[in-house]
Amino acid sequence: MKRVYVNEDWCLGCHLCEYNCAFANSGVSDMAKALKNKPIFPRIRVEEDGKISYAVSCRHCEDPICVRSCISGALSVKDGAVCIDRERCVGCLTCVLVCPYGAVSQNGDGVVQKCELCLQNSFGAPACVQGCPNRAIVYEERGEAE
Amino acid sequence: MSKQKRYVIVGNGVAAAGCIEGIRSVDPDGPITVVSAEPYPVYCRPLISYCLEGKASPERMNYRPADFYETNGCAVRYGEKALSLDPAGHTVSLDGGEVLPYDALCVCTGSSPFVPPMEGLDGVEKKCTFLTLDDMKTLETFLTPDAKVLIIGAGLIGLKCAEGLRDRVADIAVCDLADRVLSSILDADCAKIMQEHLERNGLRFLLGDSVERFDGNVAHFRSGKTEAFDVLVLAVGVRANLALVKDAGGETGRGVAVDTRMRTTLPDVYAAGDCAEGLDSSCGTRRVLAILPNAYAQGRTAGKNMAGGSDELTDAIPMNAIGFFGLHALTAGSYYTPEQGGEVYEERGDGKIRRLFTKDGLLTGFILIGDVERAGIYTSLIRKKQPLAELDFELLKKSPTFLAFGKEKRGHFFGGVV
Repeated sequence: MKRVYVNEDWCLGCHLCEYNCAFANSGVSDMAKALKNKPIFPRIRVEEDGKISYAVSCRHCEDPICVRSCISGALSVKDGAVCIDRERCVGCLTCVLVCPYGAVSQNGDGVVQKCELCLQNSFGAPACVQGCPNRAIVYEERGEAE
Repeated sequence: MSKQKRYVIVGNGVAAAGCIEGIRSVDPDGPITVVSAEPYPVYCRPLISYCLEGKASPERMNYRPADFYETNGCAVRYGEKALSLDPAGHTVSLDGGEVLPYDALCVCTGSSPFVPPMEGLDGVEKKCTFLTLDDMKTLETFLTPDAKVLIIGAGLIGLKCAEGLRDRVADIAVCDLADRVLSSILDADCAKIMQEHLERNGLRFLLGDSVERFDGNVAHFRSGKTEAFDVLVLAVGVRANLALVKDAGGETGRGVAVDTRMRTTLPDVYAAGDCAEGLDSSCGTRRVLAILPNAYAQGRTAGKNMAGGSDELTDAIPMNAIGFFGLHALTAGSYYTPEQGGEVYEERGDGKIRRLFTKDGLLTGFILIGDVERAGIYTSLIRKKQPLAELDFELLKKSPTFLAFGKEKRGHFFGGVV
């Protein structure tokens, strides 16, 4: 299935992916209204050390340990994508404890959030990819890992 | 055509659900009988405290969709218990008198609350344990806004219960024989941080003390202290339900002994979940890992093997994600002391702490309180036994990051060019 992949040689470390992610998942139509002067909770995060930068988000594992470990049944796989039911999540953070990519995070409301490939919001395809100025994040089919 | 395999699963918790899904991933047809002592479809047991708190409801606690058993071709025997097991005859006898034959059996009997003998306990009217949905329902019938609650046990169960009760009763006191809270997962310093937070949120503690006797609704402690209460919650600890296997001659320790395929020492008998004692890869010995993720993983491994597949669970470790009133503690693995050849790296901040335990060049465990983001990166290092010499551990000490892994490993990890 199609996943989000990054290329650290091309990543500028501009963090636009984080803003686009937060905007796409805000449910607000105006980017300034959605993000300006607010704490943002992007589901993709740029790691950088001054020389290297790249973005990390959910890998949508084939056999996701977060789903297997979820105590509330909030995490599930839908058509290959790992999704979260915010109504069922109790914010126990077991998924944060087990995700080997560190790709599940708290969203400020006491529940967790993670990349759902923008399939559950109005964008319909990953906003981080659409907004990346240097094609350092792509959305493509590469077969299954491992 | 070969004869269909008949599967029996004793127990109907998360391990049983994992077992059903494991069996069905290999064998789509063999009939599965589930013996469920509790009168409910599999539910998310750890949510009972969230129910008290109002963050979950009994209706929404189902672990699987309503048609789960039907879809998976399972017959569920609600309200029935397995009394005995005949390993030679490959049968299980139920309390109703029926004898179920099996080709492969999985024991997923879980655990039961351990209640130490205490004088006068019978005279306490409003008391309950806190492990099942029915326990939670019983406790709810006791609750009034002016009730004083005494919880015996400052472990995971007792404290989650306390959190769930906080806004529904007038006063909560928690006592424990141990001198600290969460003694099974936190060391003394970390426990202190959590205890202070719990106290700021209204809980009172009587630690290093135990109830000697009850005089009606007054608990008399060994120290001489007394505590009056309206409601008593017994959360001292649990014991694995292992009698079925033990009485049949199978090996048991603190739980039913299983190998990495979840086989017990009895032929065609498997065990999974809180009743099982399997390999803890963080210390290399068998331990009961009574946590939901492990129950599911063990159940699924058992199911696959029962159905003729081949699966091993070699990276199970103890781990816990627990939070109270907004402060989270994430822990995993084994904590070796310097005397045991371990090293501890520590970082502290206001109301937070990060302790990483290493031994022989491996990360063996951690305790994170407060700042718990991306803890899974650490957990994964423990599970994979990744040599720290291959990583920039100095960087990892500050925060879990893939910058510590180097470009090649990152590329492999992220499934392509990074």
